[in-house]
Amino acid sequence: MNLPVPGNPDKVQPDSFAFDATSEVEIAKALARYPAERKASAVMPMLYIVQDQMGRLTGSAWIPVVAMDEIARRLEIAPIRVYEVASFYFMYNRNPIGTYHLQVCTTTSCWLRGSDDVVAACKKATGISNFGETSADGKFTLTEVECLGACSNAPILQVDNDFYEDLDGPRTEALIEALRRGERPEPGPTIDRCGSAPEGGRRTLLEDAVAVAGIPQGQG
Amino acid sequence: MVKVFIDGAPIEVPAGSSALQACEAAGKEIPRFCYHERLSVAGNCRMCLVEVVNAPKPVASCGFPVGEGMQILTDTEKVRRARRAVMEFLLINHPLDCPICDQGGECDLQDQAYGYGSGVSRYEEEKRAVTDKNLGPLVKTVMTRCIQCTRCVRFCTEIAGTPELGAVSRGENLEITTYVEKALTSELSGNLIDICPVGALTSKPGAFQARPWELKKTDAIDVMDAVGTNIVMQVRGGEVKRIVPRVNDEVNEEWLSDKGRFSVDGLKHRRLDRPWVRVHGKRQAVSWQDAFVAVAKRLEGVAGDRIGAIAGDLCDAESMTALRDLMSALGSENIDCRQDGAIYDLSDRARYTFASGIVGIEDADALLIVGAVPRHDAPVLNARIRKRYLAAGRGGFPIGVIGAQPSDPTWGYEAVGDGPAALNGLLDGSNPFAAVLKAAKKPMIILGHGALTRKDASAIQSSVWKLAEEVGAVGPDWNGFNILHTAASRVAGLDLGFLPGKGGRSVAGMLKGGVEVLWLLGADEFPVGEIGPDTFVIYQGHHGDAAAARADVILPGAAYTEKSGTWVNTEGRVQQSFQAVFPPGEAREDWRILRAFSDVVGYRLPYDTIESLRARMASINPVFAGGVALAGTGQAAQGGEIDGAEPFRVPVQSYYLTNPISRASETMAECARVYGPVAAIAAE
Repeated sequence: MNLPVPGNPDKVQPDSFAFDATSEVEIAKALARYPAERKASAVMPMLYIVQDQMGRLTGSAWIPVVAMDEIARRLEIAPIRVYEVASFYFMYNRNPIGTYHLQVCTTTSCWLRGSDDVVAACKKATGISNFGETSADGKFTLTEVECLGACSNAPILQVDNDFYEDLDGPRTEALIEALRRGERPEPGPTIDRCGSAPEGGRRTLLEDAVAVAGIPQGQG
Repeated sequence: MVKVFIDGAPIEVPAGSSALQACEAAGKEIPRFCYHERLSVAGNCRMCLVEVVNAPKPVASCGFPVGEGMQILTDTEKVRRARRAVMEFLLINHPLDCPICDQGGECDLQDQAYGYGSGVSRYEEEKRAVTDKNLGPLVKTVMTRCIQCTRCVRFCTEIAGTPELGAVSRGENLEITTYVEKALTSELSGNLIDICPVGALTSKPGAFQARPWELKKTDAIDVMDAVGTNIVMQVRGGEVKRIVPRVNDEVNEEWLSDKGRFSVDGLKHRRLDRPWVRVHGKRQAVSWQDAFVAVAKRLEGVAGDRIGAIAGDLCDAESMTALRDLMSALGSENIDCRQDGAIYDLSDRARYTFASGIVGIEDADALLIVGAVPRHDAPVLNARIRKRYLAAGRGGFPIGVIGAQPSDPTWGYEAVGDGPAALNGLLDGSNPFAAVLKAAKKPMIILGHGALTRKDASAIQSSVWKLAEEVGAVGPDWNGFNILHTAASRVAGLDLGFLPGKGGRSVAGMLKGGVEVLWLLGADEFPVGEIGPDTFVIYQGHHGDAAAARADVILPGAAYTEKSGTWVNTEGRVQQSFQAVFPPGEAREDWRILRAFSDVVGYRLPYDTIESLRARMASINPVFAGGVALAGTGQAAQGGEIDGAEPFRVPVQSYYLTNPISRASETMAECARVYGPVAAIAAE
């Protein structure tokens, strides 16, 4: 609670929050997914809408308490119910974060494939010394996360909502430098592979699929 | 009914019962932390594990529904091992601070650790610690002790209707908190202390005061409102240390309002502990005899109709009976127990009580509240309204309100109007809520003191009664015409006819010089400043409040903890309370004071024991001896004109400061400061 905003230690929780027009469009979509008397179910999409709006407008995608109160008011539930949900899930940032949220997976698959190097690279490139901290320039926040479900492309770094896969130390540093320059490299594998396909191209089913099975050749 | 076998013994339980309820029915005690019979089932503590034959693993009995022929084993080695394992997990992070914990001695975790705890801990890692939360002036927190049963979260959400507590974060970091630091706003927050199975939530004012096993317990009745909550007064060293509720499903279930629980420190402050007489404008401490003589002297030669008596809100029926008899012996008809000036229809007991009974709320299917604020007038009764509101589901229990309510009355309602004019709209059917009431099978109307203390109260009652008849709220099988009283003494006073007799003066008539001698029996909540300057005032009571400051003679009486007494609650239920401690100093039980004084003026009251006094009460109204109540003790409402323009005022201005005891309580003063006197009241 009331943690200072990075780079501006005097600023704490904002005093007010209002949804902008873009968010209102999203809210309408989210509410339409649930019956009117069950609109409390929209609390999770609403929290994401807040987080996105904060990222869009302030450069820090987080959820202030006043915004959770506003969600509670819209959904006609007690504010504590929103706090409970927002605090349960790791993906909701209840404190201000940097412009880029670097989320490194360090669970077994990624760790075996070198997530330690990714972490070290992140720390080196951003100057952050511990997980949960924000870089001095306010651009990066580094978080350790559990399995992101991209084990076949381990190790992985999630930047905001994008997965950057098959990383190693130098490529991680390059990625962060690109982000610092304001670029957004194409998400996905950072090595020569398509999705989870083998590096350098297909290794199996190399025969003409039509000739073998009489079916059209897929993408592999 | 479903037949199940508990440890081999067959027993029939209602279909849909849980395994735990079946075991309880069979007399088997199942240990539990999170399960509470008045709250929803959470099933997260896992302490209530039992073995079900053919089930692959132990099941949590609190959330496991029984089936026909199910065999449940409650005390096998497997069950005991499972519970021991659960206990080991619970104790991993629980501090070993029982010696300094206020829950010690009445702690579920402590008790069950005797049965299932291991002597040593295998846990060598760091224990988790949780920062304490500030929940306001009443509930103290030591959150490291919390075992996350979530009873408090469910109580706030379901019973109190103020969802402010929640379980924030998850896993090892899960904490019970309000998240944003704030004081709990419920008037029932003290019950959190009772339902917390460990020492995480304890009493803040009562911290480190006494151990449960040191306390002498006395059954009593709460007098802070007119619900007649059944309580236990717990005493150590001649002082009531704490007050906790007693289970009575027909009245308070197992809840107690915060005022009833925490006003207890008011019993130590501002007490009248010796008689005082004003001599030449200066008050002097005197002996009982001198005080009596001073009063008797002043009474000499005063005509009966120049003497008056007012009974306050906390009086027991016994002292009112004695005062009534004394006044009639002195030839006075000027007696009144309605210090707020309320007007009742006294032609029928059903018209001045909560006739459907508090339990009746659970049968009602529509409710109209007229000039009452149940959340502040009677928090425990309000919990029953909320219970009904929740049980009926969305829109199942429509509530209409005429008058103001707090910003959150804890149930949803439809504002029908803000003053009596709205009644006309209901009577002629122009207000849509009239149709709701008509459609209901058991409609209920609650009429409160916001309406009854008005000048046009008679007319309001007549039209509410008419409305009740029209919508079928009063009939042979159902009487849903209810008066919500706020004073604990009121119904007893009305039952005893502590009311002006023929040509007698009411409270307003006794003020401004209406009488020469005025006897106040614990009456402080009327306009004391309007007592005539030449009126000789005798204040008999326990606290130096507004009226004692004006009194010429002070006769120190006993507070409700210090006397055996009879109280009649808002539904007309006669309940007896026992003496827990002795009155301080020279103070005496009130009826004895009156009896002793009657001797001095030569009209000896004909009772020497409380039993014979109670026989006298029963001869006035058989209801005091468990008989059938007198149909009515006074006149019917007189009708008259409704002043439609004036909205109902809020009857209880500051919930925490309504009587001399709560006004003397530091805890209540702190509550009034924290919660603000009228901050919660918002005109609809």
